[in-house]
Amino acid sequence: MVNTIEVLGVNKEFVIHHGRHQSLKERLLHPGSGSSEKFRALEDISFVIGAGETVGILGHNGSGKSTLLKTICGVLAPTSGEIRLRGTLAALLELGAGFQPELSGRENVFLYGAMLGLKRKDVAAIFDDIVEFSEIGKFIDTQVKFYSSGMYVRLAFAVAVNVNPDILVVDEVLAVGDERFRAKCMDRIVRFQNEGRTILLVTHDADQVRRLCSRTIVLNRGEMVFDGPTAEGLKVFRDHLHADENSPTKSTHENIEITSVTTPSGSFDVRSGEGMHFDVAITSANAYAGHFVMEIHSRRGELISRSDALTSPVQLKPGANSIGIDIAELPLLDGVYDLNIGIVDDIGQNVMAWSEKAATIQVAYDGREQGIVEIAPSITQS
Amino acid sequence: MSDAASEIRARDLADAPVRTVSARPSLRGRLSNLWQRRELLGQLIVSDIRVKYKGSALGLFWSMLAPAMNLAIYFLVFSVFLKNGIPNFVIYLFSGLIVWNMFFNAVIGSTTVVIARAGLVKKVSFPREILALSTVGATVVYFFVQLAVLAVFLVLLGHQPAWSYLPLLPVAFVTLYLLSAGVSVLMSGITVYMRDMAHLIEVLLQLTFWLTPVVYSYENTISPALARHGVSWLYFVNPMTPIVMTFQRIFYGATNAISTNTGQVLHVLPQWSLTHFWVVNLILLGIVGAFYLLVEYLFGRLEVNFESEL
Repeated sequence: MVNTIEVLGVNKEFVIHHGRHQSLKERLLHPGSGSSEKFRALEDISFVIGAGETVGILGHNGSGKSTLLKTICGVLAPTSGEIRLRGTLAALLELGAGFQPELSGRENVFLYGAMLGLKRKDVAAIFDDIVEFSEIGKFIDTQVKFYSSGMYVRLAFAVAVNVNPDILVVDEVLAVGDERFRAKCMDRIVRFQNEGRTILLVTHDADQVRRLCSRTIVLNRGEMVFDGPTAEGLKVFRDHLHADENSPTKSTHENIEITSVTTPSGSFDVRSGEGMHFDVAITSANAYAGHFVMEIHSRRGELISRSDALTSPVQLKPGANSIGIDIAELPLLDGVYDLNIGIVDDIGQNVMAWSEKAATIQVAYDGREQGIVEIAPSITQS
Repeated sequence: MSDAASEIRARDLADAPVRTVSARPSLRGRLSNLWQRRELLGQLIVSDIRVKYKGSALGLFWSMLAPAMNLAIYFLVFSVFLKNGIPNFVIYLFSGLIVWNMFFNAVIGSTTVVIARAGLVKKVSFPREILALSTVGATVVYFFVQLAVLAVFLVLLGHQPAWSYLPLLPVAFVTLYLLSAGVSVLMSGITVYMRDMAHLIEVLLQLTFWLTPVVYSYENTISPALARHGVSWLYFVNPMTPIVMTFQRIFYGATNAISTNTGQVLHVLPQWSLTHFWVVNLILLGIVGAFYLLVEYLFGRLEVNFESEL
């Protein structure tokens, strides 16, 4: 396999100025005043991505994932280390940043294409595809400043994906546009995967990573803390979130761990439509009033169901706790499903404990419905 | 996608050149990167000009208004009111002004260009000096428009340029371009760190303008005084001087003229031979070329922290 991205021992330091004088006059009047400190945004990051891989880079705000991404895209130079790229790269970083509001959509497509390193005739060859994908239609000759934000983003995305890059870098941009366009973008990304292109997805949305990526890199405070299969990566990601919640700046009373998930029979095999009972063992250092949440995922990573945490309060006492989950009728069809279990805080915002793939359920189904869930519609004829 | 197709893709990829993002790319790497992105430079120049005149019916006319105004005012002041006695002064003035206008507009336009396009600089990867170079590129377009107008003046006034000096024109132009580009790129980088650089630049440019023989003749004014103290070289430290003189030598044609005031002979331009002009121009081209390389190197050091300074 050919490597498309090689990140070799990359460090990035920023200098943060305190009370720094930004004008020549002030500098001359106050030489040497204003202190500065160095901030390490990336610490010795190394990894290699092969052609055709889809890799998720997960990290919280401030973990350095955006810095890493910008370094890979060449927007930022590393302080030391090196990045080697093979093939063309298109980045969906803040879509439409390269647009000139005064110019028409058409002119901007060519300009943006040139920024991505394309020749004018190459852009001309894919121009119709771009317009079609963007659904801009006749407004392509209108000045971009009159576009709605949705049109803006659609046009930028259309250019980036239609230049058919060998490496596509996506930065949390799929949260834009309407539902339908988002689905279209997802389709295109999946098609890119199938075509053996390299995709780098940078996000803090674990669901997106679960759906698209087989491999995950987790960053925490500028360090690479994990590089491997997505399921484990997600666990590490949650653990670090958990650890961050327990950092000295936050209150430290939530030292909670989900230790095991069991069933009375010991088996996680179930027949579709039958009930199910799980026992969850949780240890907590302190008493904690939180909420319980449970997710079921398909093997393809799609979220099938996430329970409503706010209606499931739990009172944890110090030491061992046991929580029972009852599912009256499991409507899932034939298949293998992953169960994630977590404890969140009382506003449902912060994850206090998380167990990724706490259990794997095997569902057997005798009926003839297809898909994921049994709807069992009844038909009446009048 | 079939396996065969992905094999082809894999092979193509294996042959694809490796691009390296490193802490400090070499000067050669910077220049080759710049050359690879020349298409972007072309498009940015075109879009610069388009944006400037979008929605204005007269378009390029506006960019000619200021130079025309300057030309008219300087002509009135120096030739009519102050009676400098230089015949066909408008040709002398115009051939120097087009040089000055290009340099001035390039530098003034470039100082804040990186700050103005901060959004782009923080999100898209391209050689940052292209921003200043595109501003310079737009002034090159205006330069050629003005050159065409000068040609029309020559025809209308029946004024003969010095044809044998004409081959100097491309050399002097390239020198002018590299000088403008060098100063512009450097200033666009420095301004990111020192925002009030733009004000200083305005003052320095004004000073440089009066140190350059555009609206007056060096030979006719300060040359004897400087020669008496043996410091004539001081005047030529300003690289704009030889460039402007070369343009004047080409288009004004004569070095001496009969004063329209006193009827005596005026030394309008230095009494240099054609060979002397070649030597001066080639040496200057060498110096300015080296200066541009130095600027590329310095800009490489400056751009590392653009992201956090913008």
